[in-house]
Amino acid sequence: MTATAQPSANELGRSRKRKEDARLISGRTRWTDNISLPGMVHLAVLRSPVAHATIGSIEVEAAKQAPGVAAVFTGRDFADEQGSLPCAWPISSDMVAPQAPSLAVDRVNFAGEAVAVVAARSAAEAHDALELIEVDFDDLPVVLDMEAALADGADLVHPEQGTNRNALWVFDSAEVGTGGDVEDAIRDASDNGVVVRRRFRQQRLVPAFMEPRSVVMDPTGEQLTLWSATQVPHILRVMIAMTLGVPEHKVRVIAPDVGGGFGGKLQVTPEEIITFLVAQRLGKPAKWTESRSESLVSGHHGRDQIQDITICASRDGTVTGLKVELMADMGAYLRLVSPGIPILGAFMYNAIYKIPAYHFACTNVFTTKTPTDAYRGAGRPEATFAIERIMDELAVELGMEPLELRERNWIKHEEFPFTTVSTLTYDSGNYEAATARAKELFGYDGLRAEQRRRREAGDPVQLGIGISTFTEMCGLAPSRVLGSLSYAAGGWEHASIRMLPTGKVEVVTGSSPHGQGHETAWSQIVSDQLGVGFDDVEVLHGDTQSSHKGMDSYGSRSLTVGGIAVVKAAEKVVDKARKVAAHMLEASEDDLEYDRGRFTVRGTDKGTTVADVALAVFAAHDLPDGVEASLDSDATFDPENFSFPHGTHLCATEVDTETGHVTIRSYVCVDDVGTVVNPLIVEGQIHGGLAQGIAQALFEEAVYDEAGTLITGTLADYLVPSAVDLPNFVTDRTETPSTTNPLGVKGVGEAGTIASTPAVVNAVIDSVRHLGVRDVEMPCSPQTVWRAINAAQGRAKSVSEGYTDTAAGGGLGSVDASGGAR
Amino acid sequence: MIPASFDYVAPSSVEEALQALAQGGEEAKVLGGGQSLLPVLRMRLAAPTTVVDLRKLTELRGVRDEGDAIVIGSMTTHHDVTRDPLVAEHAELVVKTIRTVADPQIRHRGTFGGSLVHADPAGDLLAPAVALGAEMVIAGSSGRRTVPASEFFLDFFTTAVAPDEILVEVRIPKHTGWGSHYEKFNRVAQAWSIVAVAAAVRSEGGSIAEARVVLTNMGSTPIRATGVEQALVGQPASDEVIRAAAQHAAEGTSPMTDGNADGDYREHLARVLTGRAVAAAAGLAVQGG
Ligand SMILES: Cc1cc2nc3c(=O)[nH]c(=O)nc-3n(C[C@H](O)[C@H](O)[C@H](O)COP(=O)(O)OP(=O)(O)OC[C@H]3O[C@@H](n4cnc5c(N)ncnc54)[C@H](O)[C@@H]3O)c2cc1C
Repeated sequence: MTATAQPSANELGRSRKRKEDARLISGRTRWTDNISLPGMVHLAVLRSPVAHATIGSIEVEAAKQAPGVAAVFTGRDFADEQGSLPCAWPISSDMVAPQAPSLAVDRVNFAGEAVAVVAARSAAEAHDALELIEVDFDDLPVVLDMEAALADGADLVHPEQGTNRNALWVFDSAEVGTGGDVEDAIRDASDNGVVVRRRFRQQRLVPAFMEPRSVVMDPTGEQLTLWSATQVPHILRVMIAMTLGVPEHKVRVIAPDVGGGFGGKLQVTPEEIITFLVAQRLGKPAKWTESRSESLVSGHHGRDQIQDITICASRDGTVTGLKVELMADMGAYLRLVSPGIPILGAFMYNAIYKIPAYHFACTNVFTTKTPTDAYRGAGRPEATFAIERIMDELAVELGMEPLELRERNWIKHEEFPFTTVSTLTYDSGNYEAATARAKELFGYDGLRAEQRRRREAGDPVQLGIGISTFTEMCGLAPSRVLGSLSYAAGGWEHASIRMLPTGKVEVVTGSSPHGQGHETAWSQIVSDQLGVGFDDVEVLHGDTQSSHKGMDSYGSRSLTVGGIAVVKAAEKVVDKARKVAAHMLEASEDDLEYDRGRFTVRGTDKGTTVADVALAVFAAHDLPDGVEASLDSDATFDPENFSFPHGTHLCATEVDTETGHVTIRSYVCVDDVGTVVNPLIVEGQIHGGLAQGIAQALFEEAVYDEAGTLITGTLADYLVPSAVDLPNFVTDRTETPSTTNPLGVKGVGEAGTIASTPAVVNAVIDSVRHLGVRDVEMPCSPQTVWRAINAAQGRAKSVSEGYTDTAAGGGLGSVDASGGAR
Repeated sequence: MIPASFDYVAPSSVEEALQALAQGGEEAKVLGGGQSLLPVLRMRLAAPTTVVDLRKLTELRGVRDEGDAIVIGSMTTHHDVTRDPLVAEHAELVVKTIRTVADPQIRHRGTFGGSLVHADPAGDLLAPAVALGAEMVIAGSSGRRTVPASEFFLDFFTTAVAPDEILVEVRIPKHTGWGSHYEKFNRVAQAWSIVAVAAAVRSEGGSIAEARVVLTNMGSTPIRATGVEQALVGQPASDEVIRAAAQHAAEGTSPMTDGNADGDYREHLARVLTGRAVAAAAGLAVQGG
């Protein structure tokens, strides 16, 4: 028997290095592509080079004859069994949901769509054979622009549907009774206050996880076993059963170690279905692993919205209404939760502010592009960007300091819990504290002074300050809320704890880590709950055979839902152990005190530990009557509310006005994610999140040409920034515990991404606003910034020459704050 | 991303390498550091039948002094070139340029010769080679010939090196004591130039005696900004002179439009960056980011 050390200090709050890192970083681990099975065939997928076309003949004979090739299949071979890829979020009862085949049958609707698959002895032979397949494509008109797609007589992506409109989803505070009528508020403000309208563009992004997607399917056992680099093994199992009609109990899904996802692996992919079907047909294990270029073109994309935002306020800066009209690009098909992504944002546009009237309407649109779906933040970054950008514009119109405007409108610390105009109840928050700390770390006043000096001196490099005082809803999600939003599943999470005779502990979690460090964090939690050593806890996950029940990882839900399920399971273990301990100590249960693994008889030094009880239960020689010989326990936790992390992010940018080049000079963020289990992990999540949010602001965009082909098809064109492109982050935290879970934790996985994008863009615009610039589209590339400056200077010139500025928006009125309102 | 299959040879002398190329015919390809060729093969943009790997040709590695010139072996890695004291002393522009190329891993693999023969118009080593009047020594079945850098780059990805030839070394006339600078503009650090400017200046008693200004990625090949050079020579190295001279930078260029920049923006960048490159080469303080 090995010794089980009694931990001496609290694990919660300790900056532990992650248990899992050595194997993940060295790659000596169970990545899906590392799996090799006897007799396995390798798959290569032929993808459509064109965006929209009917498929004529497909010539596969030459490929079938190629060396090493076992089989070639097209959509027609699987037409009867492949079903339609699932969409679990029908946001409205009349939502348009076209069939979504895994292998295209008659028509391709985006460039990159799978058309045929080759199975061969080696991956190289499979790829060689792809070149021998001839497909007859008969081009159809492409549909690329959302506004054009919605116009009467537009070319249709799915002609049989009669429309490119997927759905319309509306929330109106006057209708729901949570606030006033926004049209009244706007009318009122047009007369007596200020109305600001802006159109923002959320460019299309690629999740760009590090480990490419990979699938292995073994049909040779009693169960059909599928390994996949997925965030959602549990959802995948159910969906395979439902989509393919395979009995659920005959399917086992394993997500081994998974190298990143960012929502990009929250999916039931065509390739999972294709690999499953090919392996089943051939009766042999099959593996598919994508290349990076394949990933960029065929993995789902994120964002891609047009946001028309109207905000109105009284002259003293009190916001009186907010109206949000969106178009969201679904791409060619609905994937797992595509239609719901923009709707997740609907509850977040009002953000940290008390907004008395709110209207939200989102139109989802089909185009002939790669489907979109969840990407880190999913709906909430878009909302946060829009509100934080327009708060800056409103401040300019009002001639107010942008932080002051925010403070005037935000929910005060003493006003929590606070029910917002979009129906959420924020349990806790302290915007004052986070903002004060951020200002101090940033040197806010000093930077404002320097900005003034540089403006006056006409320095070619100008300084700007960007603010984002954000909150978000995460920890998806109370099941009843999901039900009210027509989501197909619940939002609970499951955990179980197995007490081993030697006092070691196995924790089985329904969360499915893919880089977050669950093994470490869950060990810390259990260590405190059961008084066992950090290293004496093993965390099992991602295999539907061991972890039979789960809702997986996304939406910053693992700790706030999955972690709490672990706590609940541990509490049950303690309850069971208490009965046995009382029996062992010959005391009454009521006389036992429990503290981190140790039961003591009150007022004595008599005691025992959970570990000792575990051994006694294993022996089962002397258990109290009616007590089962097991301490093992499980729990399914359904959160009563979302969690609402918040924070204040401040960014200083320097813009080279001669070239348009943006440099981030400093970035400070003070986040409040409630109680922290492991500060090091939180820090890592914030850093990575900031990198991704900044990437949207400055670097990344998935660009299509007019033929509908992705022209940012490699990482040389799709610019993912590296460490050298990012500043040193100054991070700090305030801790306002959540009141809706026993640990007081809030989600952190998406916070940095959600918060940072508007902070950076606000800073860029603030750097050149005195030159007449009132907006810069994302990504703020040097050319975009340079053109914005040129256009503003051109406007300035035409005004001085007596022409009127007819452009929509703030125009030069934005510069002269006193005359701001139009 | 699996290349189509090919034969692989790693000869141990230049002669053997030339034979292998001759046998392979049009479909044979030389492999230097592989940092450009391998991506091309993996994306199946090229499918040579034979790849002739030069990695065993130690004779093509290293830098030597030849009196009024230094000679850089074509297989010398970027990293080794930047560490070489002869290059630092006599062709500082090359060192400054290579420091902006890609990242350390790639600089440890990619070669000086490979970069030149690859002749990507956005590649960084082309402009300094032209600016310093480098001479390319090319080996073929009929012996060796020398081509000046100004005649070496023919078009996008095309040089004077024929498919059955090998670039063996590059002679660079010594530019000892010249001031130099490579002003590179890109969006992320580890990437090719959107536009860049190589400048080398020899000053005499406060005025500019000689100037070389060459633009990267303003056309299919590196372009010498002769208008700028002429406006500089004989003038004092002052901000005004340099700013005025830089206005000529885009003359005679034909920049392309791509995802990072339109042609007119590239022309603008050429002027701005030329001003900065020349000022830095002349030892003046440079504004801008
Ligand atoms: C991510 C990334 C970023 C990069 N960033 C930059 C950058 O910022 N700036 C920049 O300039 N470059 C950049 N490069 C390119 C890099 O510098 C390459 O090393 C270089 O372009 C090619 O050199 P190589 O030795 O790798 O040649 P290879 O890839 O081996 O060959 C390139 C071509 O030259 C031919 N060739 C090679 N050597 C010889 C020879 N001796 N004789 C005849 N033909 C030969 C080959 O046949 C091939 O056609 C980058 C590359 C990568 C992968």
